[in-house]
Amino acid sequence: MSTDLSAHADALQAVLSAKGLLQPADLEDFHHKVTEDWLPRNGARLCARAWVDPTFKAELLKDGRAAAANMGFPMPEHHRSLVVLENTAELQNVICCTLCSCTAFSIIGMAPGWYKDLEYRARIVREARTVLGEMGLHLPEAMRIRVWDTTTDTRYMVLPYRPPHTQGWTTEALEALITKESMIGVARLEPPYAAAPATSTGAA
Amino acid sequence: MDGVHDLGGRQGFGPVQFHGHTDPFHGEADIRIAAMWVRMGRHGLYNMDEYRHAIERMEPRHYMVASYYERTFTAVASLCVERGVFSAGELSAAAGFAVQLSRPSREGRVGEANLPDIDVGDRVRVKEDFVPGHIRMPGYIRGKEGVVVGMSPVYPYPDAHGHGLESPWQRTFDVRFSSRHLWPDSAEESEVHVGVFHGYLVKVA
Repeated sequence: MSTDLSAHADALQAVLSAKGLLQPADLEDFHHKVTEDWLPRNGARLCARAWVDPTFKAELLKDGRAAAANMGFPMPEHHRSLVVLENTAELQNVICCTLCSCTAFSIIGMAPGWYKDLEYRARIVREARTVLGEMGLHLPEAMRIRVWDTTTDTRYMVLPYRPPHTQGWTTEALEALITKESMIGVARLEPPYAAAPATSTGAA
Repeated sequence: MDGVHDLGGRQGFGPVQFHGHTDPFHGEADIRIAAMWVRMGRHGLYNMDEYRHAIERMEPRHYMVASYYERTFTAVASLCVERGVFSAGELSAAAGFAVQLSRPSREGRVGEANLPDIDVGDRVRVKEDFVPGHIRMPGYIRGKEGVVVGMSPVYPYPDAHGHGLESPWQRTFDVRFSSRHLWPDSAEESEVHVGVFHGYLVKVA
């Protein structure tokens, strides 16, 4: 959908400003949030730390919202819980929202265009393997798939499976591997699903 | 309500457009609309369930062709008009075209007082509820059985909260369903988990 909503936004902005309900700073503050604060690197930091720090991983899996807040990543009030779903070599978790397009946007970044499209919302719960394949993630039959539909104030994040060849990497190098797609669960980070990253740049 | 927004399991849609379609926003207007959605919420004009329900109340043909942020725009504009912040005429005059708003809300419902004891590991069935208002039960789990794998703290009860009604908050349960149970002989194998409010569930002996 490529509708240009400038005329809609201009009109709403004009009437709300005229009523004294909207200030220019409101728009600037939100723009800052979505371009500087609510980025997938937040979730990547949580996941990379969970990979290297078993105590933190246990905290993240037990109470994701509290663990995220302790790392400096607060969530909006209506994101009342964060449940972290751990992928393994045999298990792929994938998140969706069939009723609207809910995501833990302050942690994994704003929902991508495709996540909000009718195709993904309609199909991922019923034909996950085919949909993931269309998105480039071709899973073997032995890989189990768990789909999580975001229908309440609980938000979900997938903890990706750590690529086996990254032992000894710095936390920063691990963070750089972790993408928004991998935390939604439509991508994996290890071969053969992704290229093996160069160890020369990632080794500690 | 059994609206067109309730998309899970609907057939006939084509491939997910993934490559080149990862950006959250399609232009700066989308960001401004999202900013106004957040700001009006902070003014207390609506809560999240009222906002979601205003999207669900969009005329179905409008919903299906509107982009994500056009749906956001429509919900915010409709709620502002319904709360008397401005009139539909004022907004259309500012836009230079007739802005299409959501259809009127129908009645919500408050939660039941006595809810069954449910815990992780229990087998549960989703009630066969049909309501004209807001509900966060996707139609594809109605009447279906699954196993509880997680439990949340209490949250606002959407069926009431989406209509400005007072009602006790409820726990939600992450319920695991087999895709082959949800759509017999017509789904690929997976475990589908849905967050289900306490009041939507009965315990299966």
